[in-house]
Amino acid sequence: MNQPAPIVDELRNRFNDTVLMEQPTRDDIPTIWCTCDGVPDILGYLKNTIDRPYRMLYDLTAIDERWRDHRQDQPKGDFTVVYHLLSTDRNQDIRIKVPLEGEHPCLTSIRDIWSSADWYEREVWDMFGITFDGHPHLRRILLPATWEGHPLRKEHPARATEMGPFQLPVDKQLREEDALRFHPEQYGLSARREDTDLMFLNLGPQHPGTHGVFRIALQLDGEEIVDAVPEIGFHHRGAEKMGERQTWHTYIPYTDRIDYLGGVMNNLPYVLTVEKLAGINVPDRVKVIRIMLAEFFRIASHLVWYGTFVQDIGAMSPVFFMFNDRERIFDIITAITGGRMHPSWFRIGGVAQDLPDGWEELVREFLRSMPKRLKSYDKMMMGNRILKIRTQGIGAFTLDQALDWGVTGPGLRACGLEWDFRKKRPYSGYEQFEFDIPVAQRGDCFDRTVVRIEEIRQSLRIIEQCVNQMPGGPYKADHPLATPPIKEHTLKDIETLIHHFLGVTWGPVIPPGEACVGVEATKGNNSYYLISDGGIHAYRARIRTPSFAHLQIIPAISRGLMVPDLLAILGNLDYVMADVDR
Amino acid sequence: MNPILRQIIIIVVVMAAVLTASAGLIWLERRLLALWQDRRGPNRVGPFGLMQVTADMIKIFFKEDWIPPFADRPVFVIAPALLVVTVLMSFAVVPFAPGFVVSDLNVGLLFFLAMTALGVYGIALGGWSSNNKYALLGAIRATAQMLSYEVFMGLALMGVVILAGSFNLSDIVEAQKNLWFCIPQFPGLVIFIIAGFAETHRLPFDLPEAESELVAGFHSEYSGIKFGLFFVGEYLGVTLISAMIVIFFFGGWLGPFLPPILWFVIKTFVFICGFILLRASLPRPRYDQLMSFAWKVLLPLALLNLIITGGIVLAVG
Repeated sequence: MNQPAPIVDELRNRFNDTVLMEQPTRDDIPTIWCTCDGVPDILGYLKNTIDRPYRMLYDLTAIDERWRDHRQDQPKGDFTVVYHLLSTDRNQDIRIKVPLEGEHPCLTSIRDIWSSADWYEREVWDMFGITFDGHPHLRRILLPATWEGHPLRKEHPARATEMGPFQLPVDKQLREEDALRFHPEQYGLSARREDTDLMFLNLGPQHPGTHGVFRIALQLDGEEIVDAVPEIGFHHRGAEKMGERQTWHTYIPYTDRIDYLGGVMNNLPYVLTVEKLAGINVPDRVKVIRIMLAEFFRIASHLVWYGTFVQDIGAMSPVFFMFNDRERIFDIITAITGGRMHPSWFRIGGVAQDLPDGWEELVREFLRSMPKRLKSYDKMMMGNRILKIRTQGIGAFTLDQALDWGVTGPGLRACGLEWDFRKKRPYSGYEQFEFDIPVAQRGDCFDRTVVRIEEIRQSLRIIEQCVNQMPGGPYKADHPLATPPIKEHTLKDIETLIHHFLGVTWGPVIPPGEACVGVEATKGNNSYYLISDGGIHAYRARIRTPSFAHLQIIPAISRGLMVPDLLAILGNLDYVMADVDR
Repeated sequence: MNPILRQIIIIVVVMAAVLTASAGLIWLERRLLALWQDRRGPNRVGPFGLMQVTADMIKIFFKEDWIPPFADRPVFVIAPALLVVTVLMSFAVVPFAPGFVVSDLNVGLLFFLAMTALGVYGIALGGWSSNNKYALLGAIRATAQMLSYEVFMGLALMGVVILAGSFNLSDIVEAQKNLWFCIPQFPGLVIFIIAGFAETHRLPFDLPEAESELVAGFHSEYSGIKFGLFFVGEYLGVTLISAMIVIFFFGGWLGPFLPPILWFVIKTFVFICGFILLRASLPRPRYDQLMSFAWKVLLPLALLNLIITGGIVLAVG
């Protein structure tokens, strides 16, 4: 993929005035710099006009360039807005960058090109103070409305010790509480429709059905949902900001807590990206170990989803069975990693330890018992008439809608598109494995359920192949930037000792560059877009999570349904608030 | 014995027995659910956790009796009592054994239906007076659901009345000497059980309090002993409906060898366990689906059953 992509030439020919330059990146995604004025045209062209279009706005984010050293070869600017588009037809990405100058630059909104741009643009405004002209309600999204400053700007402090002590006098508390009040008119919602009075119902952030601190304001006619306004940010912990102060190595535990049901699945895209930046090739054994653990966590996450989803529909027992199964997965995880939900076990260039003696038997035992249990769950739930009438035709979206809103993972596959990074862009050696991508056609809650359950079976298949064909060899790459280096070597040669010492006391220094690697995480496509400025930590760590995009689609698919349907949709979408808010 | 004194003793015994039974039911349900869900359930307080209910009761009695400032105070207080009183009143006509009944009313069956109908008020008023949107939604669901299921609950029983020729519950039991009504009145039985679930608003018909949707539904704002009353009221309702199923369709106290009262208790217990098992195994339909099921399926079925039973009785007798 090293020759210039034809898409770049095509854009250059067509938009000669707009395209500034092409930038080489470590991940080989064609990266084009464009002028601020011309970018909506280019994006519109890429989405609508071009042959085999880029139909998904995969990510939209920004970079504060003001403190960066290594960008002499790029157009001048204080901020950069990055559009990351994805084409499922081409199986190719493209990155459009826009240089912006000034303290609070302005850009044209692309809300009318992609629906999903709505939240992404709000996030960029919230985090960087970059405004988008024409955005219908450019408000804070992750931070409270009363927040001062834009935290991902470099001058904004990252630690509490850099700010004054936190105080909450009564008047401030009242102000904060008042800011949380929902004002329907802000969203253009009215309390009347024709000759009926409508009711506003505040669902969450503390509600048993929202699975975390998530709030939806519902506009109801009786129990029928007229409109819904999701509100997020209650779980925001500034994970991206932390990426700018933690060293490359010590950031790994933070990634575990992004999708907190995904465990080491979160480490994977992060370490893959860092390895790409550092140019590390990991041994085969590492690849297979990583895949095995990632698939275990996929099953664990799907089991939690399965249990809680049917509980939302009212079935109270399955959740206990599924949590028991998950416990058995955690027994294996504990035996291998020593941790349960957040083992933080992957390392740059390898994994933390080799597999323990006797791990095969544990895994085999699980592989033997799980299919039977899955079968009994199918009998218990999937054959149930009530479950069918509660999920079939509920919360359906079409493939076009899914791509427009940035839906990935099982949601996208339930619309009939066979889209799985493990097959389409094999990473970490997935091309060596045999498995199928389950798909369904209607894109409703029932189909998404079917797809996820089948994914559990496919994951079992992959794990089985891992056990049968686990390669031998080292569990860490022999590379100066593999952190920490293999301990035994440090006692034998001075070179490794120095690297070990530096990696522990200071942190590994990753060469300047930028890369983005996506994986098929438990809930959809998760990717880390990391920019190194030649330091011990990321200059910018952007985390693209699937749940963020998935929550945005809720109003579009729940209008006209009833409150219980909304809860079925929420349970079915399979999001984790930490994954949304980061 | 002085008949008045005898009546008073019966009242006290029935009250005590019914209240203890429904409190014990809380323990039983939790243990049974735990058994079916691969967990242990309450097992710390007393042997097998039997004293758990006592502990809970002590806690609930000593909790602060809090009434939300935005609630409609008098109605808010009366509502839970209304629910419990109506269910307890229904027990007045339940014949536990020959002669062992608080009031052997001639219109016992109608009295039972009337009392369950009144029970809706407890829930509707409780949800309304809470002045909370979730409670309101729960109360609306409860009202709609219970009113419509009331209709064919009564209709389902009319077949039994035709066969027995009486509204008196003791007479209905006696009429099953040769054949329990569950056989000739099988459709009636099915409809009555479904309606009974709806009346007691237990899963799969627990829409008024659907936890994952409405937090706690109509009793979201209730706490302390008032919440306790709603809670006990639910289990009283389960006991009542189970007892009624036994009386109308399974020959009440009738049975060989064992004393009649024991037969009655055993049969009722089986149905109570059935209630719990169903709760453990089914998801919940949507409110409008529940209503359309009631009016489009159960009502015609109940009417058909009534016509056929009437026709046969007319032709034969």
